[in-house]
Amino acid sequence: MSESTKKGQSHLGFWRRLFVFLGSMELAIILLLTLAIASIIGTVLQQNQPYADYVIKFGPFWFEVFEQLGLYDVYSALWFLAILALLVISTSVCVIRHFPMMVREMWQLRTNVQKKSLRAMRHSVQWQTGASLQNTIAVIQQQLKLSGFRSRQTVKQDDAVLVSAMRGGMNRLGYLFTHIAIVVICIGGLFDSNLPLKLAEWRGDIKIETRDLSVSEIPEESRLAVGNNGFRGTVSIPEGRAAEVAFLPVRDGYLVQALPFRIEVKDFRIEHYPNGQPKSFESDLVIHDPMLESPLEETISVNHPLIYRDHAIYQASFSDGGSALTLDAWPLDSRAGTEPVAIEVKVYETRQMLWGEEMMQLEMTGFRPFNINPDPTEDNPKNLRDFGPNFTFKLRSQTGEAREYENYMFPVLRDDREYFLSGVRNSPAESFAYLYLPVDEDGSLKQFLQYAALLRDEGVVTKVANTMMLEALSMLPERDTALENSLQQTLQTLINMFVRGGFDEVRDFIENSLPDAERDNLAPAYLGMLREMLARIYFTMDGNDAQDVSNEQLLFLQDAVDAIGTLSRYGAPVFLHLTKFEHVQSTGLQIAKAPGKNVVYLGCALLIIGVFLLFYVPQRRLWAWVEQQEGGLTEVILAGATNRNPREFDSFFSAQQAVLMASTGNSFDQPGS
Amino acid sequence: MTTNIQSMIKPVGHTWWWHGLLLLAVIGLLTAYHDVFDVYEVSILIFTGFSMAFVGNQWPEFRVHAIAVAILSLFAIQLYGSDLAAAEVNGLLQYILASQSAIMWMSVFFIAATLAYFGGLIFRSAYTEKIGTSFTWIATTFGMTGLMVRWRETHMMGADIGYIPVSNLYEVFILFAVITALIYLFYERRYQVRSLGGFVLLVISAAVAFQLWYAFERNAHEIQPLVPALQSYWMKIHVPANFIGYGAFAMAAMVGVAYLLVNWRMQKNPSASLVKSMPPLSMMDDLMYKSIALGFAFFTVATILGALWAAEAWGGYWSWDPKETWALIVWLNYAAWLHMRMTKGWNGVPMAWWAIVGLFVTLFAFLGVNMFLSGLHSYGGL
Repeated sequence: MSESTKKGQSHLGFWRRLFVFLGSMELAIILLLTLAIASIIGTVLQQNQPYADYVIKFGPFWFEVFEQLGLYDVYSALWFLAILALLVISTSVCVIRHFPMMVREMWQLRTNVQKKSLRAMRHSVQWQTGASLQNTIAVIQQQLKLSGFRSRQTVKQDDAVLVSAMRGGMNRLGYLFTHIAIVVICIGGLFDSNLPLKLAEWRGDIKIETRDLSVSEIPEESRLAVGNNGFRGTVSIPEGRAAEVAFLPVRDGYLVQALPFRIEVKDFRIEHYPNGQPKSFESDLVIHDPMLESPLEETISVNHPLIYRDHAIYQASFSDGGSALTLDAWPLDSRAGTEPVAIEVKVYETRQMLWGEEMMQLEMTGFRPFNINPDPTEDNPKNLRDFGPNFTFKLRSQTGEAREYENYMFPVLRDDREYFLSGVRNSPAESFAYLYLPVDEDGSLKQFLQYAALLRDEGVVTKVANTMMLEALSMLPERDTALENSLQQTLQTLINMFVRGGFDEVRDFIENSLPDAERDNLAPAYLGMLREMLARIYFTMDGNDAQDVSNEQLLFLQDAVDAIGTLSRYGAPVFLHLTKFEHVQSTGLQIAKAPGKNVVYLGCALLIIGVFLLFYVPQRRLWAWVEQQEGGLTEVILAGATNRNPREFDSFFSAQQAVLMASTGNSFDQPGS
Repeated sequence: MTTNIQSMIKPVGHTWWWHGLLLLAVIGLLTAYHDVFDVYEVSILIFTGFSMAFVGNQWPEFRVHAIAVAILSLFAIQLYGSDLAAAEVNGLLQYILASQSAIMWMSVFFIAATLAYFGGLIFRSAYTEKIGTSFTWIATTFGMTGLMVRWRETHMMGADIGYIPVSNLYEVFILFAVITALIYLFYERRYQVRSLGGFVLLVISAAVAFQLWYAFERNAHEIQPLVPALQSYWMKIHVPANFIGYGAFAMAAMVGVAYLLVNWRMQKNPSASLVKSMPPLSMMDDLMYKSIALGFAFFTVATILGALWAAEAWGGYWSWDPKETWALIVWLNYAAWLHMRMTKGWNGVPMAWWAIVGLFVTLFAFLGVNMFLSGLHSYGGL
C-alpha cells in the first residue's frame, strides 16, 4: 500500500518536474537559439528547387541524405516543426505557470508590508510633519493620484496607516501579451501551413504529381477540392483565357487546387519608365462566380492584389501566352534551297521540319516584344537600349540532341554595319554565342546567302580555281599539267574545307597534313590562296566588279567570310527570321488563401503592444507608512520599488520624495538609508 | 541632481509652439498633397506628426534639429525650382544643399565628430567632446536634409519616378548613419555622458566609409526608378522602423565594446585613465540593455510591418524567404539576450560579448543576405 503511494507520488513528481522543465527559462532560451540556428539552414541551401538540381549539386549520396533530413524544404520538415511545437508548448506552460501571479501583480496593491521591511528597502526615506494623521494621508493620496498612482490605505495599528500605491501594472500585461502572442501567431500559422496536406499525403489520400500534364489529364488523387484549407498556388493564364484551378508546388511536384470561381484574364500590360525599366505589371481580371449577379471586373497590379471570397489574387509574374509568329526560314545550307520559306508558328508549339535532307524538330520556347539591355556600344552599363523583339527556340535533331537559339527581329548595328543576330548554346548552363549575319543594302540576307551558295557551287568553284591557277602559273615558261592539276585541286579543297569547318578546319589541315619542314612557309601561302579564292568567288556575283571595289563591299565580304567560317558551329540548317508577330501574353497569378491570417495578425498586435508595455511601462510601487507620533507629530516612511529601469527610478523616487515632503509640510527631514 | 529632478517632473520647457508648428506642417502637407495621398499616406503623415511631437517633448535639441532640417530642405527645394540642372548652376545647391553635397558634408562631419570624441577622450578635454556632440548634430542635420532634398529630386527626375529615398542600399546607409546618431545623441543627453561618443561614431563612420565607396566606385548615388514591388506606402514605415532597430543594435554593440575595454583595463589597473574617463560599468551595462530593448521593440514592429507588406506584395505574410528568416534569427537572438538579462539577471562581460555577436548577426541580416543569398527581398544588392 505504502509502496503504491510512493510510486504514485514519484509518478506525479515526474509530471510535475516535466511541467516545470517545459516552462523553464533554460529550455526557452535553448529553444530560441536552436530555432535561430536551424533557420539558417534554409537560407543557405536554396529551398524547393527542382530535385534534379540538388542531385547535380550534391551527388546521389548526399542528395539522399539531405532529402531524408528534409533539407530541401526545411521549414516543413518534421524535426523543424517539432522544435517550433516545443517552443509553443514551452511558452504556453510558462504563461500558464505565471498567469495567476502576473494577474495578481497587475492589480494587487501590496498591503501586508511591515514597517521594518519598508525601512530596509533600497529606496526608503522618512520624515516628520506637524499635520494630522488624516490630513497627511489625504495629502499623500492626493499627490500620488496626481503622479498617476492608484493607492489604497490599510489601517495597520490604531495609530498607523499604510498607503500602498502602484503605477504601471500594465507592465505585467506586457509579459502576458508577448508570450501569448507567440502561441497565437504559431497557431495561426499552423492553419495556413501545409501540415494538413502532409497528413493527407501520409494517409495516402493525395499524391504529388510530378509529370508535366495538362489540367484535364491530372488524376483525381492529385486534386484538392474547394475547402477551408489554406494554400498558396500559382497559375498562368494567357490573355483571353480563363482558369479555375491553382497549382500548389510541393517538393518536386505539384497539386491542383480547385477554386470556387473562374478567373478570366482580359489583358496584361507592362508599363515602362522613360529609361526602359519596367514601371508596372497589371492584369485586367474578370471573376465569374455563380454567387455573383454579374461578373466582377478588377485590375490587379504588384502590391495591389484582389481579395475575393477569402482568396487573394496577386500579380506575380508573366510569360508568353502563345504568341503567333511568322518566320522566314533562310537556308544556310544550299542543299536546303536558296529561297526563304515562310512558316507560321505559335510560341510553345513543337513542329517537325524537313530542311534539305535533315528532319528536325522545331520547339518554340519564347518570345519577347522588347529587349531592354545595356547598350554594348556605350561605356556606361546603365545606358539601356531596346534591341527589339526576339524569340527563342530549340532545334532537336533526330538523335534527340537539342541546341537552343535566340534570334532578334531587327538587325543590330555594330561599327556602323548591320547584322542579324542569332545566339546559340548547347545547354542552358552556357551563355549564348552570337552569330552575326551581314545584312545587304536591301536589308535582307539575300546577298549573304547567294555568296554562301556560290561557295558550295562546284561549277563556280572549279571555274574560279581554274582561272586563278592559270594566272598564278602564267609566269612559268612551260605548262606543267601535274602542277596545274595539283594547284587546282588544292584551291578547290581549301574552299570545301572552309565551307565545311571555317578557318579552323583549314588550320587543322595545315597543322596535320603538311610536312613539318614546309609548314612555316606553306601556311601563309595556303591562307593567302584561300582568301584570294573567297574574294574571287565574291566578285563573280552580279554587281561586284573586282576592278571597281568599294569599301562597303570589302567589309561585307569580310563579314560574310567571318559568318560562313562560324556557320559549322551554328548547327542549324536555317536562319529563322521573324517578320511578323501577334503578341499574346500570359499573366502569372499567385492565389493564396490564409484562413489563419487574422489570428496571426491578432498575435502580431498583441506582440507589439506587449513589447512596448514590457519595456516602456515600468511597474512602480510606493508605500507610505503614516504613523501618529507623540507630541502631535506624524511620521511618514516613504519606500519604493520597481521592476524596470532602476537607474531612472532613483531620480523618480527622489522627485516623488521631494514633492511629498513639500506637500505634507515636513518639519524634520531625516533621510533614510 | 536638482535640475535633473526638475526635468523629470515638468515637461521640458513649454512645447505648445512645437506642437503648433507640427500641426501647421501636417495641415500644410495635407493641403498641398491631398489629391496624391491615399488614406495610408495620410495616416502615416499624421502618425509622423504625433511621433515627432512626442520625441520633441522630451528632447529640446531634436526640435532644433527638425526645424533646421525643415528650413534647409525647403530652402534647397526653393532653389531647385523645377529644374534638376539647377544643382550645377546654383552655388549653394552645388556645394551645400543638393542631396549629394549635403550627404558629403554629413560624411565629413561624422568623421570629424568621431575624431573629436576620441580626441576628447584621450586628452580628457570636455570641450573637445562637446565639439564632437556639435559635429554629430551638424552631420545628422546634413544627412537628414540630404535625404529630404533627395526625396524632392526623385520627383524631379520625371513623372511617376518619385519615391521616398529609403529604397535602395545607398539610401538606407545614410538613414542608418542618421538614425544611429540620433539614438546615440538621445542617450548622450539622457545620461550626460560624452565619452561613449567615439565608440558609437566608429560604427557610423564605417557606414559612411562604405557609403562613400559605394557612391564613388559603383555610382550608387544615381537615382534609379523603383521596381514595381517596392512601390508601396509600406516602404515609408517598414524601412525606418527597421533602421531604428539596426541603429539601436549597433549602438548596443559599440557600448559593449567600450564595456569590455574598460573592464579589461580595470582588472589590470583600476585607476587607469581610461577607466576614470569612461562612465561606470553599471551605467554602460544599463545603456546596453536600454538600446537593445529599444532596438528589439522597433525590430519587432518592423518585422511585423514587413510581414504585412509581404502579404500584399508576395502573396503571403511569411514565406521563409532568406531575408525574413534572418530577421527572425536576429529577433530570436535578441529575444534570448533579453530573457537572459531580464529574468536570469545576467549582465556584464558575457552580455557585452553577446551584444557584439548580435551586431554581426544583424549585419548579416542587413547586408549579408543581399550579398550572398538570393530571395524575394533582393532589392538592395551590391
